[in-house]
Amino acid sequence: MTLAATLAELVRDFKANGRIVIVGASLAGLRGAEALREEGFTGSLTIIGDEPYEPYDRPPLSKQVLKGWVPADHTLLPRARELDAEWRLGVAATGLDRAARQVRLADGEQVPYHRLLIATGTRARQWPNPAEAALDGVISLRTRDDAARLQQALAARPSRVLVIGGGFIGSEVASVCRDLDIPVTLTERGPAPLVGALGGVIGEIAAQMQRDHGVDLRCGVSVSALEGDAAGHVRRARLSDGTTVEADVVLAALGSIRNVEWLQGSGLAAGPWGVGCDAGGRAFDINGVVTDSVYVAGDVARMPHVLYEYQFLAMEHWDNAVFGAEVAAHNMVNLEPHYRPHLLLPGFWSGQFGVNIKSVGVPPFGDEIVFTQGSVKDRSFAAAYGRRGRIVAAVTFDHGKWLEYYAHLIEQSAPFPPPPPGWDRPDVMRPVPAEFPAPGVPTAIPDVVLTGHDPNERRAEFRPRGH
Amino acid sequence: MPEETPWQQALRYANRADPYPFYAELRKTPVARQPDGTYVVSTYREIVALLHDPRVSSDVRRLPARAPAPAEPGAEPITEAVIELEPNIITCDPPEHDRDRRMMTRHFYGPTDAPHQISDLEPDIRRIVAGLLDGMRGKTRIDVVDEFAYPLPVKLICKILGVPLEDEPRFHTWIETALDALDLGPEAASEEMRSRVAGARGSVKELEQFMAGLLRQYAEQPGPGMISAMVHNGGPGGRMSEGVLASNAVLLLFAGHETTVNLIAHSVLTLLRHPEALEKLRRRPDLIVPAVEELLRFESSVQFWHTRSAVEDIEIAGTTIPAGAPIFLVYGSGNRDPERFTDPDRLDLERPDNEHLGFSQGIHFCFGAPLARLEVQVAVGEFVRRVENPRLVVDPPPYRHNQIFRGPRHVLVDIDGIRD
Repeated sequence: MTLAATLAELVRDFKANGRIVIVGASLAGLRGAEALREEGFTGSLTIIGDEPYEPYDRPPLSKQVLKGWVPADHTLLPRARELDAEWRLGVAATGLDRAARQVRLADGEQVPYHRLLIATGTRARQWPNPAEAALDGVISLRTRDDAARLQQALAARPSRVLVIGGGFIGSEVASVCRDLDIPVTLTERGPAPLVGALGGVIGEIAAQMQRDHGVDLRCGVSVSALEGDAAGHVRRARLSDGTTVEADVVLAALGSIRNVEWLQGSGLAAGPWGVGCDAGGRAFDINGVVTDSVYVAGDVARMPHVLYEYQFLAMEHWDNAVFGAEVAAHNMVNLEPHYRPHLLLPGFWSGQFGVNIKSVGVPPFGDEIVFTQGSVKDRSFAAAYGRRGRIVAAVTFDHGKWLEYYAHLIEQSAPFPPPPPGWDRPDVMRPVPAEFPAPGVPTAIPDVVLTGHDPNERRAEFRPRGH
Repeated sequence: MPEETPWQQALRYANRADPYPFYAELRKTPVARQPDGTYVVSTYREIVALLHDPRVSSDVRRLPARAPAPAEPGAEPITEAVIELEPNIITCDPPEHDRDRRMMTRHFYGPTDAPHQISDLEPDIRRIVAGLLDGMRGKTRIDVVDEFAYPLPVKLICKILGVPLEDEPRFHTWIETALDALDLGPEAASEEMRSRVAGARGSVKELEQFMAGLLRQYAEQPGPGMISAMVHNGGPGGRMSEGVLASNAVLLLFAGHETTVNLIAHSVLTLLRHPEALEKLRRRPDLIVPAVEELLRFESSVQFWHTRSAVEDIEIAGTTIPAGAPIFLVYGSGNRDPERFTDPDRLDLERPDNEHLGFSQGIHFCFGAPLARLEVQVAVGEFVRRVENPRLVVDPPPYRHNQIFRGPRHVLVDIDGIRD
């Protein structure tokens, strides 16, 4: 048999008799499983998820569910096809033994695999003080149980809701509160809401939008402490500027933490920014060498992107989960030269205060911004982000139909600023600094260090923090 | 006389039934300058790029006056007559377009005011379709256009807008007269077209007056339907002026049925030309949703659009479209572009990744698409299920004159009966 024929036979055999385990039963896990079957994989397929529920859709949890339009348990993801998979729901994966090719579960079971897809995603960062976090009425928002709890709390007509954090989740929840005519205070440590994702220029527009809708917005302050009553229900928050806010519901919208702890000791390149992998979803080991049997997709994946100078991007976006999982699934059951890259142009959307916000590209990669279409005053506009004379991202407020145009420009590395539109020009079309916060200071204790002097022994080593 | 370009040939009435060979020729030059200075875009990628390019205007007022046809100084194309109306959402740009379309959307399928408007129509649609098919019992020969494709959309659009159905014979004649007079091809200068244009001008005027009268009537006495709602409640952005409202109401009345008539007629025609696809749909009725998308791709109801122009010089596909030049985007050709659709001349009811241009794309994406989809899914699905042994009598059938809103005048079909 020729080598090519042998390899083809190998692929056929794996598709028929292989054993694939997917850890993570949300959007990326489900779409990855469906894509594997679509690719003709008929072998054994196991899906492990720590939540007890079948895969559900998260975007409605901060919108329609909170408004009471849709019950939290009516958010199951539609199924594209029959899966014929073994579901292990309600049990978390707690370890990975790559030598033995086994996933360890919380109940002690070891699940063997030939190929593994890691799609464990992220979880909500909890309020850091455990005693305060345990107060009744202190809620975070990531899961459908969180959403049900917050929806009930809002339906009980609280006197005031305090939202800590002005990112997308915090801003969307503040918007829902105003829709429900519930008083809401939002605190943001930065100078404006959405500043991390979209920069200070857009953040200032978002801030004004919040104030116009009656949000008590406090920027440049943080929450020092939460206080409860005798019954253990949260009643007020002390802020860093010395003021207090009386509130009986507190949403801690503090961003997310990637679920990588279970990979400790696995030798994979897993850290606070996710699991490093190549653009085909193949995981790197801690030395930066690509593995053949472990793949990553969704929020927890971190991969180099050609359009962004090969920087490693972690994209917590819906379409990244879907398309990343499809690419990983394809590569799991194929061999070179049939590998496919996941070259998605990142994009996301948000609905808040009656405005549809959409973005394409990587706004924080840019350092300048120019308004290109529409009117800032009417909060109906498009703006482009640039870096070194090329367009790298765009954002739209109620102008989503134009994103495709900007996406095309970004893909072509077109000049920045882009040519002016033929009509509906903004009053000012001069690029200005986009005002992104300075990158965070490097962590004091590195997660990965190099060891060994002999080139043959030189390896990277993971050192857990605090050691 | 210089040889005609593929585009000019595609526009000739003799080629109405099958413009596709000329489109294939046309696609060899994706952006092709015509002798009159119009740039005709025929490939999928370039059409999509221009649909999303904010340097392209759809505003008729920006169009240069079309060069008069040689030796026919009196022949003014009907487009000019239509321009006398205020611009509607399909012939204007943001921000007017965005404001007006948003106002109309709230009364059509907008999330705050009318989220169930379209889906709530399904029982009505089913009832009308059932009635039309029941009416064919005992017949051995039917005209799919007059007896099936036309009555359904016209009844629905009258109900949605609040236009009295008893006025249908009048506005039907006006619309047909206007449609028959529009010609953008080499035959525009003919004696016949000139006389049609003269007649059409009067029809457009009458249609406009009819709609203005209806608006005044609803202004005094609110009634059912979208027109009355728009007269009384524009939403946060205010109300449209009377002229703009009348123009958009005419657009909805016209576009709300003409395109759907052609789609239903073409769908039946196409399925009867492809017996294996017809049989597949009969066996698997759930395929009707992707089937209608494929039929939209295969025979697009709007073959091209003619009011766009370049506001700035636009470089595309190795050509520079100069500022001011009219741009025709040929959806019917983009939908058969082999660079985008594998084996594009094959009808595949399960075609994957079928992002066709049957409803266009971008901000002018078909306003009525959700309604059209539902109507055609029900109509074609029920036709396939209930009509016994349908056979085409004449193929190709006679076509209407209009090049943009391309569709058969009649589709005669012999049948063995109507199932329950």
